[in-house]
Amino acid sequence: MSVQRIRMAVNGVERTVEAHPMERLLDVLRETLGLTGTKEGCGEGECGACSVLMDGSLVNSCLVPVAQAANAQVVTIEGLGSDAELDPVQEAFLRCGGSQCGMCTPGMIVAAKSLLMHNAKPSREEIREGLGGNLCRCTGYMRIFEAVEAAAQAQESEAAR
Amino acid sequence: MRKEGAAKVCGTARYIDDITLPGMLHGATVRSSIARGRITKITFDAAIPWDEFTVVTAADIPGANCIALIQNDWPCLAAEAVNHPEEPIVLLAHADKHRLAEAVAAVRVEYEALPSVHSIAESERKDAVVWGEDNEFKRYLMEKGDVDAVWAGADFIVEGEYETGAQEHLYIENNGVIAEYSDAAGVAIHGSMQCPFYVHKSLVKLMALPEDKVRVVQVETGGAFGGKEDYPSMIAAHAALLARKSGRPVKIMYDRAEDMAATTKRHPSRTRHRTAVTKDGKLLGAEIDLTLDGGAYSTLSSTVLSRATIHAGGCYFWPSLRVRARAMATNSPPHGAFRGFGAPQSLFAMERHMDRVAAAVGLTPEELRRRNFLRPGLTTSTGQGIPEGVDLAHLLERAMELSGYEEKRLRFARENEGRAVKKGIGMAAFLHGAGFTGSGEQRMGSVAAMDATWDGTLRVLVSSTEFGQGTNTILCQIAAETLGVDYGAVQMGPADTSLVPNSGPTVASRTAMVVGRLVESAAKEMRRVLAEAGLIGERYTTEVFQRAAAAYVAQHGELRTEGRYEAPPNVHWDDDLYRGEAYGAYAWAVYVAEVTVDTVDYRVAVDDFVAVQEVGRVINPVLATGQIEGGVAQGIGYALYEKVVWDKGRMSNNQMTNYIVATSQDIPPIRVYFEEVPYQYGAFGAKGIGELPMDGPAPAIVNAVSHATGADFCAVPLLPEDVMAKLAQGKPSAVEVVSA
Repeated sequence: MSVQRIRMAVNGVERTVEAHPMERLLDVLRETLGLTGTKEGCGEGECGACSVLMDGSLVNSCLVPVAQAANAQVVTIEGLGSDAELDPVQEAFLRCGGSQCGMCTPGMIVAAKSLLMHNAKPSREEIREGLGGNLCRCTGYMRIFEAVEAAAQAQESEAAR
Repeated sequence: MRKEGAAKVCGTARYIDDITLPGMLHGATVRSSIARGRITKITFDAAIPWDEFTVVTAADIPGANCIALIQNDWPCLAAEAVNHPEEPIVLLAHADKHRLAEAVAAVRVEYEALPSVHSIAESERKDAVVWGEDNEFKRYLMEKGDVDAVWAGADFIVEGEYETGAQEHLYIENNGVIAEYSDAAGVAIHGSMQCPFYVHKSLVKLMALPEDKVRVVQVETGGAFGGKEDYPSMIAAHAALLARKSGRPVKIMYDRAEDMAATTKRHPSRTRHRTAVTKDGKLLGAEIDLTLDGGAYSTLSSTVLSRATIHAGGCYFWPSLRVRARAMATNSPPHGAFRGFGAPQSLFAMERHMDRVAAAVGLTPEELRRRNFLRPGLTTSTGQGIPEGVDLAHLLERAMELSGYEEKRLRFARENEGRAVKKGIGMAAFLHGAGFTGSGEQRMGSVAAMDATWDGTLRVLVSSTEFGQGTNTILCQIAAETLGVDYGAVQMGPADTSLVPNSGPTVASRTAMVVGRLVESAAKEMRRVLAEAGLIGERYTTEVFQRAAAAYVAQHGELRTEGRYEAPPNVHWDDDLYRGEAYGAYAWAVYVAEVTVDTVDYRVAVDDFVAVQEVGRVINPVLATGQIEGGVAQGIGYALYEKVVWDKGRMSNNQMTNYIVATSQDIPPIRVYFEEVPYQYGAFGAKGIGELPMDGPAPAIVNAVSHATGADFCAVPLLPEDVMAKLAQGKPSAVEVVSA
């Protein structure tokens, strides 16, 4: 197959990339579009460091051929918040100590965001399950669970205002 | 709040693979396919346009062909012989990284195979002599009292043999570096690493360059756990050689399979205990025979063995003790540093053995421990005195209370009767020495500095690196508090060997306690300099202090102060006899694990985990708690999941798919409690913390599994098949062979 022109919306911005259709979405995001916040940990869909949202679903971008992302809405860590204005989930990870080395963090935050979009007030058990596809080698997960609970709380208070 | 935390949660923190330089090539490594042999021929398949590639062999090394560590026996590139699978032989670089895999496969290395050894037992038997004259990297003999005299007076003599497996660090960021080279500037390395000055030392030797022509900069590092202590020197050396030959920047970024197969692991171990004890549970003495599998080259094995030796007797008072310790060569990639550094191995044996001694004597595990704990007035295995304030009995009480230990211990034993799903609860009591062993800190003579920039930004200058554990945050906190300014006013300088003094490697739980203390001294000195110059008074705001610093820089061109290591008073260490103050301070802990063992499918789950420890003053509770929780999670993996499967020295399960670590669904509630007894010579009273939590989980969990099942398990990792092998013993077989 030859190089194709593929259109997708990345973090709300229409992008057209020229890529081999079987190129990994991960590489297109990192190398073609310069969005290096999405990380590679294993390249085989085990660790979740490359998690992004594709049309609202949580996917491992190392397993997605870019052709499959044609016309999709892709959201990466860069699409959630910035230094100046953190997303509540990012804020909670920062405050609760949910990020140590930071390598699993972007994928973990995207996974947490996805969980909270589908379940605004997850139980501890639901959080454990919801993040089951994202490995963290530093934290032992406790601070991450607390961060997700804090973010849920923050979103609830925000909604109640 | 974590200094670099905002960048990490936003995805803007720049790791090595996020950096691309103009004209940069990508490097790859051709590795040995056999465990041991002589290289007879290297051919390059004509199907590849080799003129497009940069090719490096050992012949291209300008200096010494070694990665400099303790002994210089670790080749950078194999020249004539290979001693383990995955040993680097040829390096390739190309602008298009997708062209590399095919090219690597097109380099054919032919060998004359030699016999190899693949276990401690094979190495001891000298089935083949693969290192030195006898396969032995290092040997220690540590003696206290008169062990030979204790056996006669013993009511019980309890023997046991314990084994621990290799463990992969599995940091989420694989190893990677970028090298640049020019004849004028020398070599510059940016990379993921723990110890910039280790890489520096190694490159000076390898590239035959003066020290000021080698610059090493650590960039954001995605986890390390000891796994980025020695190996980054190897990758940096490879990238530097390719950069020198090609004249272009070269990035080498391992993928997961290569990182797992080629880089270091925790040393496998075998420990034999023989213990003399009285009928009322007083330990009289012990002989401990401890052996580590070091892999093919000596690398850090002697120092790992040293820590394993000193921790072998655990947190108990031994009137007499003899520890014989050896590190042996085998033909696998060298085993290296991993959180705990030998102590998890010898403490697993000690703490499993204590439960078995208790059973032999007829005491509960907690009572036997209580009767033999080290306490003020007694001495450790090396004869080091125990300072006032150390109270293991109190830690034990607290851990038992918080875990509901006594009630559960009795109830589980009662309820397990006749049930397929059994519950158990077990404990481990232990210690971990903080900082380098023995006279290591004196020899290192670390220096930390602080400076101010023209605009009054205050910077901490150290070679101590951040890789998740909180170096940046802790050191800035210490500096800010000492200077009397806001935390936000203090920044970390870059971990760049051309800018910072050598504060030593970031290892051995030494950063907060030892380097923190040096930062504290440098900060005190900065305050003194500004006060002496009349720029600050007794009381000042952050703004006033920063203006004063800026004014000083404007007047003098520079404001830079230093803190230099000074040994605490009355510290003596005898390296030959292994007697004296082995560490500046020990951290102490009692952990309790509660488990469920399913005797139908043989799965073990950890249901609850209580970690009580005394680590001096806790400087940052969120980070400290995170360190303990993370260490416990790795310890749970070490105990129950993480098995490196070896095939003639090669890791055959070098994928996350089949090397299993604990996920969010496997981790129980980890409940962390600190007792704070400030340590006089640590920064703000801190002792080391990073490695301690790796030591306790494996024995506590296996003790709990033994409690649940009544079976004696003596090895980790303890996988379902291991549980089955033991529990199915004696059961009538459900399968019979009817014809062959």
